[in-house]
Amino acid sequence: MPEEPVKPLFDLSLTDEQQLMRDTARRFAEAEMRPVARKFDEAAEAPRSFYEKTLELGFNAVQIPEAYGGFGAARSPVSNMLLAEDLAWGDMSLALGALSTLAFINTVLDQGTGSQQAALLPRYTEDGFHPAALALVEPGARFDARKLKTKAARRGGGYVLLGEKTLVPFGAEAEQLLVFAELEGEGPAAFVVDAKQRGVSAQREAYMGLKPLPLSRVKLENVEVSAAHKLGEGTPLDLPRVIDLARIGAAALAVGVCQAVLDYTKNYCNDRVAFGEPISHRQSVAFMLADIAIELDGLRLLTYRAASRAEQGLPFRREAYLAQLQAADKGMKIGTDGVQLLGGHGFIREHLVELWYRNLRAISLLEGSLPV
Amino acid sequence: MINLELPEQLEGLSTLMHAVATNVLRPVSRKYDTQEHDVPEELAPLDRRPKPGAASARGERERPTGKQPNKNGQNMQSVISIQQMSWGDVGLMLSIPGAGLGNAAINAVATPEQKERFGTCYASMAITEPGSGSDSGSIGTTARQDGDEWVLDGEKIFVTAGGRCDTVVVWATVDKSKGKAAIKSFVVPKGTPGMEVVKLEHKLGIRASDTATILFSNCRIPKDNILGSPEVSEGGKREAFGKVMQTFDNTRPGVAAMAVGCARAALDLTEELLAKDGYELGYEKSVWDSSAIEAELYRMEADWEAARLLVLRAAWMADNGHPNSMEASMAKAKAGRVGNAITLRCVELCGSLGYSQETLLEKFARDSKILDIFEGTQQIQQLIVARRLLNKSSAELK
Repeated sequence: MPEEPVKPLFDLSLTDEQQLMRDTARRFAEAEMRPVARKFDEAAEAPRSFYEKTLELGFNAVQIPEAYGGFGAARSPVSNMLLAEDLAWGDMSLALGALSTLAFINTVLDQGTGSQQAALLPRYTEDGFHPAALALVEPGARFDARKLKTKAARRGGGYVLLGEKTLVPFGAEAEQLLVFAELEGEGPAAFVVDAKQRGVSAQREAYMGLKPLPLSRVKLENVEVSAAHKLGEGTPLDLPRVIDLARIGAAALAVGVCQAVLDYTKNYCNDRVAFGEPISHRQSVAFMLADIAIELDGLRLLTYRAASRAEQGLPFRREAYLAQLQAADKGMKIGTDGVQLLGGHGFIREHLVELWYRNLRAISLLEGSLPV
Repeated sequence: MINLELPEQLEGLSTLMHAVATNVLRPVSRKYDTQEHDVPEELAPLDRRPKPGAASARGERERPTGKQPNKNGQNMQSVISIQQMSWGDVGLMLSIPGAGLGNAAINAVATPEQKERFGTCYASMAITEPGSGSDSGSIGTTARQDGDEWVLDGEKIFVTAGGRCDTVVVWATVDKSKGKAAIKSFVVPKGTPGMEVVKLEHKLGIRASDTATILFSNCRIPKDNILGSPEVSEGGKREAFGKVMQTFDNTRPGVAAMAVGCARAALDLTEELLAKDGYELGYEKSVWDSSAIEAELYRMEADWEAARLLVLRAAWMADNGHPNSMEASMAKAKAGRVGNAITLRCVELCGSLGYSQETLLEKFARDSKILDIFEGTQQIQQLIVARRLLNKSSAELK
């Protein structure tokens, strides 16, 4: 009998399936996202038809069990991370919008009971775009996920929710929201809430970036949910796991956007002539680009490591934390340098570098947005 | 399949080297920092030279044919060992006989006959001259053929282990008018008339490692002590010099690994000292809700991990036969600067204890500085990365 290797070799190569998925995602980002990024940013809106087109990629159904209509592939934070990176290369706002439902699915797969999965997941294997989202962050200058202000209390056989959430993708348009709240005397819990239900109201928000994504402030005024709608039912919620997985998602988005910055500025600086030669012939410009490449690759490896640990069932809190921290720090630096490299042209809303700069500022506050 | 953890065998090697660093290097770390030019006798058991008849092929690049299964080979073993030994003490690590650049060059380019003769020697590498540093194509030491001998003339500085080694690999030009293509390397055993160690430097850090100035004056060596071909190729100037420079693609991740190891030593000690004052990293609280010290530790951990992974990537690529010149330089650039920044910050974070010679933190900072300089400064690495990235020649991007 062949001996099972206890620990695999260090490896940076993709599986054939991952390579295929990446090629497809990258082509989609190039053809369907990048060309509309500016238009949708200006309009502060992406049409529903765009999100319907993302369904061609089929990512929602891949990891849903066959019993619920999915393809039953193993839950794969690595594949999800790669998808986030590739789509964010096309456009980060649109990537977040496209993957919001997947974030919901991943969390239900991780922490929902069998009957909750049976009830919630089949619709995401069917045709049509069904927006869903996580609602974690609360308004205010400092949000701390360990001290949720949104409260849940037991009432009758179910629960009642009271509080306010911010940065919720799709808001009132979402078919299902996963609302995180402090359950009186029991700790953090997550509740599946229908955005149309009584007591739920949503107000569209406007941000520095992420403009096409309909981010909303969601009020929960004594919203009643049944016991079956508490994720995991009797099992306590593992909120840190949601946050840790979302750190990887945020870092992956940063990797994609930073790669877009590098690809674009590299060509620009080779083409742009000043003082008789391409500006990339000057060390002050060339070294800035070299540093972007170096920091980006470091960030990418940190992110891959966190995702691969998560996928292998190893502890990954430290790795995910460091990946998001590095993504926030280096990502913003890369975004800033991207604008700088184009000089005045970087400031004009013609090139995308200013849009990437605005979007990269969001990486540090994307808590619980995209668990991979 | 993407996996950035080390397999059992490499974990084992890492643990073993860590133990060696703890038990052999650390106890004499301060001693040889203070007694600058004393030979660290304690390192004798670590001699890296192969026994006669068993010349090793350390750091050799794998040449794949067709699709090969994933490998974790000698390059990964090398960076992992270097990282752990440098955690112990970089200066002492550099003083282990047989572990330096000279031996790497012999292993990489010597003929079987030369490996027979030089494979077990303790070789240092002499490249730098008073007037030629990063621009190693401009060296002025000459090699003139005279009958069955080469005659070397010139001055070499900054020769690591130049005092203690028994053999020196010397870079010299066989024809100054032909530029880089005419630069060749020659093996000169100690005791050869005309070669003299004239000075040992006094340095900021890595004081355990000796750094020599060596004079060559009408120094005659046998004709077949040249490494590689004596021909000066006219057209393939890049190719000929590139072969010599190729040694660095394999050794740059190693120097980067030194920076990673040294920085880890500083971080480990700093975290240990700060824990006594109640600072603990939970990797949960936002950096903005952490104390300034904790936030700084988080950021250093992130930079450190990124540097470590860049080093592993470069070594992994070499093991699997992927060209890694850019990635090797990326690793060295990131590890070099991060290593400097971390070790210096650790001195500051630990206050008087950090600055004091009672702990090793100030030594780690001094030792670390050279790692962003030798085998290509930070700026040379940036230049290499930028040229590759932007597809520029050295004439276009100077």
